[in-house]
Amino acid sequence: MAGLAAAFGSGAMTNNIGDLENAEVILVTGSNTTENHPVISTFIKRAVKHKGAKLIVVDPRKIKLTEFADIWLRQNLGTDIAWINGMMHVIIKEDLLDKKFVEQRTEGFEELKKVVEKYTPEYVEKITSIPKEKLIEAARMYAKAKSAAICYTMGITQHITGTDNVKSLANLALLCGNLGIPGGGVNPLRGQNNVQGACDMGGLPNVYSGYQPVTNEEIREKMAKAWGVSQLPDKVGLKVTEMVPMALDKSIRALYIVGENPIVSDADISHVKKALESVDFLVVQDIFLTDTAKLADVVLPAAAFAEKDGTFTNTERRVSRVRKAIDPPGEAKADHEIICELATRMGYKMKYSNVEEIFEEIRKVTPSYAGITYARIEKEGLFWPCPEENHSGTPILHREKFPIGKGKFHAIEYLPPAEQIDEEYPLWLTTGRILYQYHTGTMTRRVEGLNKIAPECFVEISPTDAATYGLSDGDMVEVASRRGKVVAKVKVSDMARKGVIFMPFHYSEAPANMLTNPALDPVAGIPEYKVCAVKIAKVA
Amino acid sequence: MKCTINGIECEFNPGQTILEIATKYNIFIPTLCYLKKSSAPTGKCNICAVEIVGKDELVRACVTEAEDGMEILTESDKCIIHRREILENLLAMGYHDCPTCPIPGSCELQDLVFRYGAKGIDFTKAKKEYVVKYITPFIRWDSSKCVQCGRCIQACFDVQVNNAIRIFEVDGDAKKVEDREFEESKVESRRIIERLKADFKEPILPAPDENFCVSCGECVQACPVGALKSSFEWLGPKKWEMKRVVTTCSYCGVGCQLELYVKDNKVFLVNGADRAPNHGSLCVKGRFGFRFISADDRLKKPLIKENGKFREASWDEALDFVAKRLSEIKANYGPDSIGVFASARITNEENYILQKFTRAVLGTNNIDHCARL
Ligand code: SF4
Ligand code: SF4
Repeated sequence: MAGLAAAFGSGAMTNNIGDLENAEVILVTGSNTTENHPVISTFIKRAVKHKGAKLIVVDPRKIKLTEFADIWLRQNLGTDIAWINGMMHVIIKEDLLDKKFVEQRTEGFEELKKVVEKYTPEYVEKITSIPKEKLIEAARMYAKAKSAAICYTMGITQHITGTDNVKSLANLALLCGNLGIPGGGVNPLRGQNNVQGACDMGGLPNVYSGYQPVTNEEIREKMAKAWGVSQLPDKVGLKVTEMVPMALDKSIRALYIVGENPIVSDADISHVKKALESVDFLVVQDIFLTDTAKLADVVLPAAAFAEKDGTFTNTERRVSRVRKAIDPPGEAKADHEIICELATRMGYKMKYSNVEEIFEEIRKVTPSYAGITYARIEKEGLFWPCPEENHSGTPILHREKFPIGKGKFHAIEYLPPAEQIDEEYPLWLTTGRILYQYHTGTMTRRVEGLNKIAPECFVEISPTDAATYGLSDGDMVEVASRRGKVVAKVKVSDMARKGVIFMPFHYSEAPANMLTNPALDPVAGIPEYKVCAVKIAKVA
Repeated sequence: MKCTINGIECEFNPGQTILEIATKYNIFIPTLCYLKKSSAPTGKCNICAVEIVGKDELVRACVTEAEDGMEILTESDKCIIHRREILENLLAMGYHDCPTCPIPGSCELQDLVFRYGAKGIDFTKAKKEYVVKYITPFIRWDSSKCVQCGRCIQACFDVQVNNAIRIFEVDGDAKKVEDREFEESKVESRRIIERLKADFKEPILPAPDENFCVSCGECVQACPVGALKSSFEWLGPKKWEMKRVVTTCSYCGVGCQLELYVKDNKVFLVNGADRAPNHGSLCVKGRFGFRFISADDRLKKPLIKENGKFREASWDEALDFVAKRLSEIKANYGPDSIGVFASARITNEENYILQKFTRAVLGTNNIDHCARL
């Protein structure tokens, strides 16, 4: 998010999902697409199978998409900047860059060139263990395509260098002129149904809806007027990852948590739990009594998606309708109703006769949503930015120019992960999702069939490591990091590479996030979920 | 270019098939093996055969390109007799005892049998050694209903590209017909359909292979009969009894469009809606992972914790209490001592209201959400 915003001026997917079928080359990295975004993976697989697109997969795990890939680069964990710089090194050296694009639409090329100079394929091989011939081949394939799309997810962002990783991918796309064109783009595939919408609507400490900064006086005045208050706070607020430690030292006294379960999802959860326990007042609003809700002073029952009207904005910036199909159980209410009633009780009258009225208010104060109406998205959703009612929406961003004028290259050096393996903790652990469960499992673990297929947490380990530790399928192992330990079942699989184990994080009884490192990306505030050092031992 | 279908003048572009043109003009032509989203029609079932005035042989509408001035008849006697014969053959191939089928009323074969007046099968002669089983907890295969149209193969190999359907010899038991070619990632659906066609008379049938199937249900949605259906269709109310509501999936960020089938305030079935971005496709979570909505342990009343234990409370009590505590904390420690976690799970409208509440009412910008991708 922050990385793309710095490079282009907008943090969302640049191209739409359907456009993937127009790409000549698709580069997928840090995304196990077939399991995490299954329907997007069908676009990628169809592009490869029916349209002759070439696929480059860069991933330490042997994910399903590698079977469709023309080139698979298996990098060491946390070495993404190195291989991306390496590709750019080759592209510049072999003069495969899009000179016209670089000249007319970007800035900062000279600095980039200087930095990537030393990332020779040989040097990169040492860091990433990607054979130099393969790196060169991938660089050529990406650069020579008329249009090449990049897709990535948390495998790129959940590192201390997450923002820099994203900027590096942006560099690569800028270098080859792959922006503002069909079949191109840099596309972060977002994990949860409405992350995009939560950001768009100002569920962030620094911006109102439509990414309008809270620090801009004019905007603050506009919002204050629209909301009928005399003034609004002008200081950028705290990120989740800052609120947690501040709750521990009592500078945060109350937390109001809506529809999240940080006790299972956040890094180093024993720390998070302590923080939630130490606030004076904790309110949790959710559809189930989650592990987080159990710690609350007050729990408010909310409606599920099928029980309310509204809109979600998907990963491609498409705003689609959510429609009420049934009534919520018991006395549960839609989240907006609860908040409106609470606001009214706190002396600020908030009342809307229906959800569309809220949307109309959003349109009024949010330029990028101004042209979207419920009537227009009755059949099919629209892509923001959509500034006017006669605007057809924007499936592909940055066609003529970037919101910040020129695209910015960022010269970035490779930095190793925050935690290194050593004698005591000799294995790398990476975490992620699986097809059959979702996030903290609050919903999927209540679906019988899904649990039958994927009933429990596992530790995926390469056959080589399994042999070293004398482990076989079904054995129980204890995985320990500097922060905690978790016991789970062994799954020997050639999906894992030697020295790296994988665990899904959905299971609260074996929470992988007991182990993960809360070291933060300094800009985005995202913890390094994807790399930490662990040791394992068979449980008798 | 122009042609006529049943006397109606239709304009078309060169290369368009008769079926495409008819669809555009809302003229019904029956299809079984044709799957709109697949890369190429297989022309396997012959049910779409239509008459061209001046030609003896019927032609298949799904693969025949229209020509300028062509006069096409879709429901002539010749067509009807031909279709009746196909349908009777299809019925005889399986064991179509409709009362035991999960989808009466939404079966395409049943509709066509009525429409064209085909005779039912002789159950005393029909073979009964079929296989009925759950291939995954969600996908139920009843080989006695299969009409070998091949839509499931196109759905799995062309649309989802999960390449999970294999051919089975069915004789009381299902034995997989091994073929190295099926294991390649780019294998064409056509190859498998040809393989099926070659043994048309033998009891060899396509079905999901449990070793590869990821329960996306594309084949279930494509199957025109009751051969591949979900556990929910098997157990729940029938489609026509239910209300259909189109909405957006609440799992991942793809935002697939779903059709929820609802009865008595409960969701019983989910189908992919034919709209962008997914155009009917879903994954296992979106299609089959909806039961949490009506889980028994949903929160139904506000809860207040007293002496470490929750007790139920009325909305009035709970909200007054929250309002009071938040106001106190704001007064005593300042607005920035309060933090709000917004959510990637709730709607835009709700997130908007939540930030408005945080900023305008609580008076702080301390709002963020957990999914900082
Ligand atoms: S459910 Fe999906 S993966 Fe399984 S056979 Fe059907 S189409 Fe293929
Ligand atoms: S159906 Fe699957 S791919 Fe589509 S939005 Fe839902 S979870 Fe994502």
